[in-house]
Amino acid sequence: MRILRAIFGHGSGRIGGVIVFVYLLLALLGLLGLTPHNPITQYRIDRLHAPGAAYWMGTDLFGRDVASRLMAGIGQSFTVAFFSVAFAALAGTVLGLAAAWLGRRWDGVVMRIMDVLLAFPAILLALLIVTVAGPGTWTSVVAIGIVYTPIFTRVVRGPALSLKTREFVDAARTFGSSSSYIVTRHLLLNLVAPLTVQVTLALAWALLTEAGLSFLGLGTQPPAASLGLMLSDSRNLMETAPWLMIFPGLAIMISILGFNLLGDALRDILDPRMRRAFA
Amino acid sequence: MNYLLRRLATFPLVLLGVSILVFVAIRMVPGDSITAMLGTEAGLLTPAQRDALAAYFGIDQPWFVQYWRWIGGILHGNFGISVTYGRPVLDVILERFPLTLELALLSMIIALAVGMPAGIHAATHNEKPSDLVVRIVAMIGQSTPSFVLGLLIIYTLSAGFGVLPAMGEFAPLWQDPLRNLSQLILPAITLGFAFAASVTRIARSAMLDVLSDDYVRTARSKGASARSVVWRHALPNALIPVVTLSGIEFGYLLGGAVIVEQIYALPGLGRMVLDAILQRDYALVQGSVLFIAFNFMIVNLLVDLAYVALDPRIRLGEQ
Repeated sequence: MRILRAIFGHGSGRIGGVIVFVYLLLALLGLLGLTPHNPITQYRIDRLHAPGAAYWMGTDLFGRDVASRLMAGIGQSFTVAFFSVAFAALAGTVLGLAAAWLGRRWDGVVMRIMDVLLAFPAILLALLIVTVAGPGTWTSVVAIGIVYTPIFTRVVRGPALSLKTREFVDAARTFGSSSSYIVTRHLLLNLVAPLTVQVTLALAWALLTEAGLSFLGLGTQPPAASLGLMLSDSRNLMETAPWLMIFPGLAIMISILGFNLLGDALRDILDPRMRRAFA
Repeated sequence: MNYLLRRLATFPLVLLGVSILVFVAIRMVPGDSITAMLGTEAGLLTPAQRDALAAYFGIDQPWFVQYWRWIGGILHGNFGISVTYGRPVLDVILERFPLTLELALLSMIIALAVGMPAGIHAATHNEKPSDLVVRIVAMIGQSTPSFVLGLLIIYTLSAGFGVLPAMGEFAPLWQDPLRNLSQLILPAITLGFAFAASVTRIARSAMLDVLSDDYVRTARSKGASARSVVWRHALPNALIPVVTLSGIEFGYLLGGAVIVEQIYALPGLGRMVLDAILQRDYALVQGSVLFIAFNFMIVNLLVDLAYVALDPRIRLGEQ
């Protein structure tokens, strides 16, 4: 509750928070199928209908309602983004904590594997994984999750290494606390702040990568809707039906903007030392 | 020097990891490269012809033999033969690389030319209306995916001015510089926009930090002009985070901008790797991923070395 109040007391946090909230609502409605029209029903008589009262954002080449597809697409993109970031955050936290706590050989092995993953350009690594496993929602989740795991591992390992040498950890050891207790109770709890910031910013990247994969035809598969796919489909109809490009384009942009603003605000709130650094 | 040697010593290890990962991953892609290469015509091959083709491309051997041969070949400068192009992999990569390098350089020039002055202006006009405008534009820029901006540019040009970006056969810089520039300028702006936004934000924050330092205050109190304080005293120290960000971003761009190359129909490294993955062109995927990873590591190393050049107090490798 205190954090919510802090977010809404912060300029960019307020805007980011509202954007993310609206998107979450749209995503939920899209996933529950509570859209103005069925997103995959083809109203052939109304093909390429311009935005108006019947179809707020017009219809596409097959006569499908763009607004409904947009809501379903937001639901789809958010599902992939949330699960992939959850995957990356979980895997990265476990690996980062293991590397920091076990040290020496473990640290070396884990961090070299992360170096290998980081040496791949993100989108290429995701593309490779998706091609191996075949395109689809859950493949995108795993691909994006693997791509962002090294970032979380680094975010966790650095502070965990320094926390490990602090007096309260020594004290806990002296009192006979088990390793698992110290790691979860003392290290992990102190990492909640940087992790929260990272999760919010990673959601923006995950949305971007999901849209990129779908744009290349390797994410969500038709007839299901996805923002990247809608944008990609709009390319050949840009001049006759610009709404097919403008609405999904804006939807992707504003969603990323929302998470970036929220991430910045959280960084200010949770880490006051960084307040000005990214203002 | 010690640091440099230690960093260089990790290169083979990371590259070995990358080579194993890409080698295994591309072989897990369903389907085989000969069918992918010939399409429906692959059905016309007799088993003997298929075996001969597999032997020619070296994909008839068990995987560990293939891997061993591949690594052995690389050590002799031979990256293998591309199934799609029927030519040495390194030749194909080096043919595409100049475009990718040029695009990355152009994007970085745009990003620095726009981002640095904007960031410095915002920092020196902190909390003034112009600072707010710069911050809003930078935030929007950072949130605009390159493929959205690319499509918007193409749409604005075609709907508003009736022109289309120069596409068609790509003209290398040394053959037709003007045509080359006309083909690359829009993709470079597309990639440079978000890049410039990041540079603006990091330059602004670094400048703000430095401007509040004691030595800047001393320079001011000694009567140094505002211009001299910003350009001579503050800027050199504010450059370090900008160099880091630009270096990392540049390193990524050297890996090819898959989507932007796709939108503008540019024959760069990114699109080549994408096509190679889809074609199951094992040798080309392996070779190009290794090449990209190597470039990325070199750029990261150069960034680290640039720190020392910018701030001699920094001793690399010290905790």
